[in-house]
Amino acid sequence: MSENVWIAGGGVICGIGQNLAQCLDAFEKMQPGMGTMRHLHSVHAQTFPVVEVKADNNELAQRAGLPAHLSRTALLSMIAAKEAWDSTGLGDIAQYRAGFVSANTVGGMDKTEHFFEAFVEDNSKGRLREVVHHECGSITELVADAMGIRHHVSTISTACSSGANALMYGARMISNGLLDVVIAGGTDALTRFTLNGFNTLMILDQQKCRPFDDTRTGLNLGEGAGYVVLVADRLAEKIKPWCRLSGFANANDAYHQTASSPDGTGNYLAMQGALQMSGLQPADIGYINLHGTGTQNNDSSEGLAIVRLFEKDYPPVSSTKSFTGHTLGASGGIEAVLSACALKEGIIYPNAQFATQMKELPFSPVTAFSRGHALQHVMSNSFGFGGNCSSLVFSKQ
Amino acid sequence: MKPQAYIQGTGAVSAQDSNVFPGTIREYESIRLPVADPDYKQWIDIKQIRRMGRVIKMGVAASHISLQHAGITMPDAIIMGTAYGCLADTGVFLNKLVTQKEDMLTPTAFIQSTHNTVGGQIALLLGCHAYNNTFVHGAFSLENALQDSLLFLLEQPSRKVLAGAVDEITDYSHAILSRFGLYKSAPVKNTALLQSRTAGTVAGEGAAFFVLAKEKDVQSQAELTGLEMLYKPRSAQETAMRLEQFLQRHGLQAQDIDLLITGRNGDVKEDAYYETIESGSFAGKPVAAFKHLCGEYPTAAAFAMWMATGMLRDQQVPSAAMFKGAAPAAVKRILIWNHQHTTHHSFILLSAC
Amino acid sequence: MEKLMADLKAQIIQQLNLQEVKPEDIGDDQPLFKEGLGLDSIDALELIVLLQQHHNIRVANPEDGPNIFYSVRTMAEYITEQKKNA
Repeated sequence: MSENVWIAGGGVICGIGQNLAQCLDAFEKMQPGMGTMRHLHSVHAQTFPVVEVKADNNELAQRAGLPAHLSRTALLSMIAAKEAWDSTGLGDIAQYRAGFVSANTVGGMDKTEHFFEAFVEDNSKGRLREVVHHECGSITELVADAMGIRHHVSTISTACSSGANALMYGARMISNGLLDVVIAGGTDALTRFTLNGFNTLMILDQQKCRPFDDTRTGLNLGEGAGYVVLVADRLAEKIKPWCRLSGFANANDAYHQTASSPDGTGNYLAMQGALQMSGLQPADIGYINLHGTGTQNNDSSEGLAIVRLFEKDYPPVSSTKSFTGHTLGASGGIEAVLSACALKEGIIYPNAQFATQMKELPFSPVTAFSRGHALQHVMSNSFGFGGNCSSLVFSKQ
Repeated sequence: MKPQAYIQGTGAVSAQDSNVFPGTIREYESIRLPVADPDYKQWIDIKQIRRMGRVIKMGVAASHISLQHAGITMPDAIIMGTAYGCLADTGVFLNKLVTQKEDMLTPTAFIQSTHNTVGGQIALLLGCHAYNNTFVHGAFSLENALQDSLLFLLEQPSRKVLAGAVDEITDYSHAILSRFGLYKSAPVKNTALLQSRTAGTVAGEGAAFFVLAKEKDVQSQAELTGLEMLYKPRSAQETAMRLEQFLQRHGLQAQDIDLLITGRNGDVKEDAYYETIESGSFAGKPVAAFKHLCGEYPTAAAFAMWMATGMLRDQQVPSAAMFKGAAPAAVKRILIWNHQHTTHHSFILLSAC
Repeated sequence: MEKLMADLKAQIIQQLNLQEVKPEDIGDDQPLFKEGLGLDSIDALELIVLLQQHHNIRVANPEDGPNIFYSVRTMAEYITEQKKNA
């Protein structure tokens, strides 16, 4: 029954690149993607930098092969899902029992918030076309239909850990033989709803975010999508998989609705659970892709949980959100692709904007891009609102 | 090992009064069946209730009832589904965002608007650090939560999972969904809904939770024997075939089902789809319904599962639920078949313990 | 000052939806957070908006919150101070 789950490929689009190769290039050249918003229209445009995908909806629609009036969240999703599938070399997806497990946090909100301008004045106004795909699940179906996936569709929304949970659910279905292939990850476009929401929490940095830096004052929001393709042993034998999803765990911090517990209880439990499932010791982990949002509270909790779990064996760590911004529902998916790719290529990603050591931590993030590492196991962390904490472990064999 | 589980406890908040249902049925004449709000303060501390939207209270209440019913205080996983999430708080924040032009917004509505708020609040109130997941996929939200639960129990058979679903109606959502032509053009008696033979249905809302376990014990109320989702079948024939294959995988045929519960909602077109298949494979079988009791919403199948678990436990089928044929005197197997707009079908097979 | 404190109590109750709390239940010097009225960090953010909405005062740094919002009296003093400087 319980089979190994392999990463057969991956795809990503975000503010530093419109495919995986472009993203790797941006890391290598130390080019974070923060800038003034051009595609999102907000009164806060001059106040908060964001990490936008550098293309308007028409360009994205053309690449996605979808109509341009659809939610940007669906367009981003389609582009990354297609890249992920094409990277596997598994041929026509119609020959498999295929599933699409996608995560997002606000569905078609970019369209809904526009609809609302007319609707709040008069509830018979506003174009219904703008809310027909408001639900999170509807975004997933637009992409599944365009990809020709019909055996399984599902959508997960657990705030910032959504994408990682999509991989877990996909992995469960693969290892139990319910499906042959699953495209799993997440997507989210920037919206005024989320930008203003994070602003009410006063955790948006007006400068480029500085994850794991003592002077950090908040996060930058980003957008994008990232997916991996999960397969079982039988299909993995036919191709050269990137790596194996060897462990995963999801735990709840149960401390506060938005804040992390000071000692990172949920973070610790998620990392510990994922290690346990993979049968590894902390010292086996060669690199951690941090959740690392750049808020005071998040980074301190995550850091202290790492101290507790890894004691003295601190692996190299970095937050790729220092380049991509926090892409919310997409982040777990994007960082899963980056982590799996790190293992495949022997890459360790840099943490940009780091200058000052955090007082409470005995370790600091890696600040330079490097290749040639013989990585065997990589961990990816995704922690979010509602106490939802998830960790994934990828292994070479 | 098969992905199946025992239902150890159930709890629901719906348009019906859970304490007296099915003995007494609440009647409405409306196109909207609102939840009969219980006094939520019996489960939630006054200090915590002040920030909670109704959908959160509904979820917390139903989950607490199910835990109590199962005789446990702490689940080993919380897995839930919601199609719409926290609509009221989303609406509040959107309204202010637009009318106040992105100025002077407050955090509470935003925090409460995220789809995992209900699952997170249940965990927070219980102090539960265990696995926690929220599925947000329309009429597959409950079903995916159940499937994740069954797979979780395969990995960890000694655990107990709190699984369920919740959805709410708000004035905004009702206005928008009405414009899509989902509801009847005039108020209708819910007890006569399924005989209306006109277009549209009535809106509903509710929460239902279940405690699931792999091991059978004295507490077990019913067995969740099987579950399947069918996305956009190409024809009614394909649906009929998939339904047949689903039953076959559990060693059954249509005639082995003692009671079929369909998701009939009073919309003449959508109900015809059930009729087509029913009159073939399920000819002569008693058929029950539930949306005249709870209204139509994407996670309404949770209400059906709650009702069906009660039928199997008490070996009693309420006549108010019957649509076709007489209520069977004894029930061993119940099949719930629900569809939304003929594109999203789910089959939930339950058995007596 | 007395009038301002009375107004603030009503505004706090309304903004934070403090059910079953009456203005007279809140002491002028009673701590608003933790052991006092039991408010938390989300409430602090709500109170920042309250100052903006009702008193036209912007608090730029959320870290000033604990001092400003220690009690109804400290809030009133802060408002009076800011109005004087404005």
